[in-house]
Amino acid sequence: MTAVLQTGEPVELTESQERLSPWTLTWRRLRRDKAALFGLGLIAFFVLAALLAPVLTGISGHGPADTDGKAIDPYLGGLPRGSLGGMSPSHWLGVEPMLGRDIFARLLYGAQVSLLVAFSAAVLITAIGVLLGSLAGYFGGRVDAVISRFMDVMMSFPSLIFMIALLSVVKDANRVLLLILVMTLFTWPYIARVIRGQTISLRHREYIEAARASGTGSVRILLTEILPNLTGTIIVYLTLAIPNLIGAEAGLTYLGVGVRPPTPSWGQMISDSVLYYKVDPMFFVLPCACLFLLVLAFTLLGDALRDALDPKGGRG
Amino acid sequence: MIGYLVRRLLGIAGTLLVICAITFVIFYLLPTDPAVMFCGKDCPPDRVAQVRQQMGLNAPLVVQFARYVLAIFAGRTMGTGQYVVHCGFPCFGYSFQSGAPVWDLIMNRLPTSVSLAIGAAVVWVLLGLGVGVVSALRKNSWVDRTLMVATIGAAAVPVYFTAMILLYVVVVLLGWLPFPSYVAFTSDPVGWVQNLILPWITLALATAAMYARMTRSSVIETLAEPFVRTARAKGLCERKVVGKHGLRPALTAVATMLGMDLGSLLAGAMITESLFSLPGVGKLFADSLHKADQPVVMGITLLASFFIVTSNLVVDLLYAWIDPRARLS
Repeated sequence: MTAVLQTGEPVELTESQERLSPWTLTWRRLRRDKAALFGLGLIAFFVLAALLAPVLTGISGHGPADTDGKAIDPYLGGLPRGSLGGMSPSHWLGVEPMLGRDIFARLLYGAQVSLLVAFSAAVLITAIGVLLGSLAGYFGGRVDAVISRFMDVMMSFPSLIFMIALLSVVKDANRVLLLILVMTLFTWPYIARVIRGQTISLRHREYIEAARASGTGSVRILLTEILPNLTGTIIVYLTLAIPNLIGAEAGLTYLGVGVRPPTPSWGQMISDSVLYYKVDPMFFVLPCACLFLLVLAFTLLGDALRDALDPKGGRG
Repeated sequence: MIGYLVRRLLGIAGTLLVICAITFVIFYLLPTDPAVMFCGKDCPPDRVAQVRQQMGLNAPLVVQFARYVLAIFAGRTMGTGQYVVHCGFPCFGYSFQSGAPVWDLIMNRLPTSVSLAIGAAVVWVLLGLGVGVVSALRKNSWVDRTLMVATIGAAAVPVYFTAMILLYVVVVLLGWLPFPSYVAFTSDPVGWVQNLILPWITLALATAAMYARMTRSSVIETLAEPFVRTARAKGLCERKVVGKHGLRPALTAVATMLGMDLGSLLAGAMITESLFSLPGVGKLFADSLHKADQPVVMGITLLASFFIVTSNLVVDLLYAWIDPRARLS
């Protein structure tokens, strides 16, 4: 972009001089960050894989629950035939020992569960966290005292133990929905606390004072003056909450209180495969690798977003 | 100071009471009848009624809860006639499964979990601070870049994978260490370390990575401060500049994080304990949950909350000690 000075000569403007929206700036910074692009690419890959699971398993020819007796060797205690955990043109990533279910299909459908749970919980956490956090920060006083005290109590809960207890107490329910709700219940205070702090520092800015002086209502100030300034923080925390949620879902399912069979999930595959780690390492390595890559991808993206949205010494 | 402590302790008591009430309601509103659970499978109805009477299950929920809380401090005598049992301080009731006092069950397992937590914390603090300081001192060099890439990777590796790779390489392939099992520190300190070193590393890796990144950015930020330039200008050796001035703010942050992380770990690291089949509190919790052994589950939940709440207090006190600017108020 160029601008014309009064002398008539065109002058190149640097990034900080150009009048760009914060979003264009963020995207530019992100595009230069290789780690962020790698993370974004991996996320896109997994999301696509999960969405296209029915199509892809249609091509490979094996559903997630189909057992294939021919792919396993009954004389070897039900281990897959062939090397690398039974990888073959028919079973691209091999089969599970004993049942002979297709690992490729189970990984794809497992990605669906992982992503669905993590995304939904992240959205819920953000919604509740931003609502309560900004209310507490904006109104202060008694509202703040009540909400903050509530957050303190929620954060003193041994969250993993409580999640497990709650998940095991409820017997007949949609496990995926239950997981989302229980994980939300114990994670929202962390984002709420950050949002509260940010709102408190925003509350005393001049433009908020000006808005209040001109008679703007509290709700309107919160929505049009404060919320837009919180967007960067919200996006960063949302992205960084997702890897934790993915890990938590896998962990809870590993411990036997999360998603139940026959729904395929990575945590459950890992818990099944731990017993076979010596004799059939591929069965164990594949779900672990997926979990690793997905968590890594969101961490890389989250880190890069944090740098891009809040660079030290950047736009004030 | 004393006023502050009293207020905090009252706050802790309040929080624990709330947690206790919620746990109580969750577990005692379950469809499973504790009396039937305690009595066993083939228990005649009149015996069930007797057990119910003995356990005080006919009383209203609030009364039951009050008795439960009171019993923790004052002990409790249950039942009448020949079935009288006295459960001394601190009374958390009896296991439905084994009939043993919950407190004794937990105390048997606690040394394993505490060993696991403390060892892991030592590993992750040393590793995190070490890597963080080295990275900060060689900012933007290849050492720094390699270490930072490694920390991102380490934070994303699932614990299951770390545990199994360590077991496979160190125990199965190389045969350097025995398969982990718990050996008490007091009976064999060397064996204690040998048996627990793999679980420690497994548990510490991801947290160490987080600490390393935090230490790095904190040290880099501090070393750019004017007072560090002053320290250098007056001729302080580099070791002292970094050790005394550069690391101070990082240590405050580490202390805060350590308190939180350690607090939630003391009551058992369920996944790590199950991967290495270590008999800790986490394993006891998982087993009791499986068998619907409510008194044990409740006891462990309360203990875990106690650890978390107390460690928060310890962190705040430590904070004030390390950083005098943070006045207790």
